[in-house]
Amino acid sequence: MVLSRFFKRASTEDQAKIERSLEKTRRGVFGHIATLFQANELDDFFWEDLEALLIQADMGVETTEYLIGRLKERVKREGIKRSEDAYTLLKEEMIALLGDAPPAALEQPRLLTVVLVVGVNGSGKTTSIAKLAHYLTQQGKKVLLAAADTYRAAAIDQLRAWGERVGVEVIAHQPGNDPGAVVYDAIRAAQESRQADVVIIDTAGRLHTKYNLMKELEKIRKVCARQVHRAPHETYLVLDATTGQNALMQAKKFKEAVDITGVILTKLDGTAKGGVVFAIQRELGVPVRFVGTGEQVTDFAPFDPVAFVEGLLA
Amino acid sequence: MPMFETLSDRLQAIFDKVTRRGVLSEADVNAALREVRLALLEADVNYKVVKSFITRVRERAVGQESLRSLTPAQQVITIVYEELVRTLGEPGRLDLSGSPPHVIMLVGLQGSGKTTTAAKLALKLRREGHRPLMIAADTYRPAAVEQLEILGKQIQIPVYSEGTAAAPPDICERGVQHARQRGYTVVIMDTAGRLHIDEAMMAELEAIRDRTRPKEVLLVVDAMTGQDAVRVADEFNRRIGLTGIILTKVDGDARGGAAISVREVTGVPIKYLGVGEKLDALETFYPDRLASRILGMGDVMTLLEKAEQELDRQKALEAEKRLLEGTFTLEDFLEQLQELKKLGPLSQILEMLPGFQQVARQLPAEMTDKQLKRIEAIIYSMTPEERRNPRIINASRKRRIARGSGTTVEEVNQLLRQFRQMQQLMKQLRKGRFPGNLFGGFLRF
Repeated sequence: MVLSRFFKRASTEDQAKIERSLEKTRRGVFGHIATLFQANELDDFFWEDLEALLIQADMGVETTEYLIGRLKERVKREGIKRSEDAYTLLKEEMIALLGDAPPAALEQPRLLTVVLVVGVNGSGKTTSIAKLAHYLTQQGKKVLLAAADTYRAAAIDQLRAWGERVGVEVIAHQPGNDPGAVVYDAIRAAQESRQADVVIIDTAGRLHTKYNLMKELEKIRKVCARQVHRAPHETYLVLDATTGQNALMQAKKFKEAVDITGVILTKLDGTAKGGVVFAIQRELGVPVRFVGTGEQVTDFAPFDPVAFVEGLLA
Repeated sequence: MPMFETLSDRLQAIFDKVTRRGVLSEADVNAALREVRLALLEADVNYKVVKSFITRVRERAVGQESLRSLTPAQQVITIVYEELVRTLGEPGRLDLSGSPPHVIMLVGLQGSGKTTTAAKLALKLRREGHRPLMIAADTYRPAAVEQLEILGKQIQIPVYSEGTAAAPPDICERGVQHARQRGYTVVIMDTAGRLHIDEAMMAELEAIRDRTRPKEVLLVVDAMTGQDAVRVADEFNRRIGLTGIILTKVDGDARGGAAISVREVTGVPIKYLGVGEKLDALETFYPDRLASRILGMGDVMTLLEKAEQELDRQKALEAEKRLLEGTFTLEDFLEQLQELKKLGPLSQILEMLPGFQQVARQLPAEMTDKQLKRIEAIIYSMTPEERRNPRIINASRKRRIARGSGTTVEEVNQLLRQFRQMQQLMKQLRKGRFPGNLFGGFLRF
């Protein structure tokens, strides 16, 4: 299984990092969950408190109700009386909700892997790209970045600054130029002069409701597909963990436009819980692939549902 | 998708089952309030805030005598709406009293939109007659200083920066001094955001505040923020002392429930809304409009205001009269389309109309505007005689019109058919029945 492979490589150090970053979350809402399960009867108050806590973790009403429904059903069927046992079941159900992610295309061997990174403004795209580049470089891959956000002021400078920090070359044009052309050049460079293994494309942040900008993404996809077989191989949606239920709308729109294959969940080191990823997995089948857990370039790790839920509820 | 259903629709559905009139029973109110609660939670209003809000609404609603003119659903909606407006507080105003330069400090988490908001606010204040200066005090995020400088150039408002080497409190203090010497009347400081609340950031912000004594400390909050918004706002307010809130990215499809939470928890007024990528897209906050949006009732007030500014009232009245008399021709229709276009992209207009949000979301803006253009082209390719009397359009005329407008006979047929349907609907309207999809038919063109 790919995940186990990930986790062998994702060393204990990474594990510790996720643990640490989830610490705040745990002490926050999910910490309450642990308390809730310690000393409670499984009565109406218990269920209401559980609902309150899950909703405050941004799980959304629908997912929360689904989860509680499943839990109630199992508690009844399995004749569970003690809240600690219900707690174990909750963990199981949450892990089940995050599901078995299909193998990541990123990991499959090929001549050149193209990764497209999209997301709304301010979600942390550029930083995540730098972190992903660093992560892949650590694995011995040669990475090239394409600065296809030619729209936002100073976006290219920001990517260049990151490129320097992580020692990865950035292919860029002038601000305002055609992003498709940047992507074309970057892929050409990767295939020819630079001999890179992975190209990561930074795109302009856009609210998913902006039609023209979504069209531009579709065009970038086409440019990729023309140059490299089955490219882009991965399309990641960068999602801010503080985002509420609108994240589901974002994922939906981006999936329609560019068929996102995974989520990079950022800013998970804050107090936000990122509970909306449960709904994204459940409704759209899009798994979380990586988590951003801090401001350093190394604060980045592959996502594992088991570790995520364990960490949240521990 | 239940997500798209507006609260009004949901409540209507509940009360449709309860046809009796009189006093609102507790059971009716409870059923309705369950829906209200759901809607608010889906709009990301904080769980606890929802709870106290629902309690307030229940107190007002139970036992209230229903008004003859309103259905029970309308009545509950009205109470909810009024409570929301009250919770959201007063329309926003900046306090720029005292002697200039007035210092405005922007704070917020990373990615909330501080830098863009700084430029938008500067532009708005210049339009109101101020002489703004911006200070680039985010020395941490790569290229943040450059970003503000580029934005400053775009709107020709000067930016005070010292690169990234100096300490932000020093930069801010010297920047304010610079403003005083050069006679700037307003200073806007763009500070660094962190991924989350942390001690170092708060300490730095406190230092900036103490050394520049800002008149306004505005928290920039992303409208898409979830349940965590409460904690963020509360922390900033406790440490720095907020005077106002700017809600950004309101142009997306987030309901913006975070605004209610933040307002309720801090008691600080919301002052502006960021509503687009363009630098003039900063609007003064009005509680009634945001309340409508949160409830999915559409932003009727904004639309009315826009319409009043843009539409030629006289023409509209004439057209309306003809519309209702049934003497509405394709010529009138063309004129209406052109008036409609003045209001902005069609999807934006629809978004503001109650009950039309669903249509608007399904249709990308440019597509419908393109469709409008095609409709226009078809009508332009008709003779005046044909426009007044579409019945004379036979097969050969249709072929000519299609060629002339670069469309197909099929499309011409479709337009004619829909025009006839519209005339039909108008007749019903005259009889007092409101047609649910007046524009809907044309949008599926």
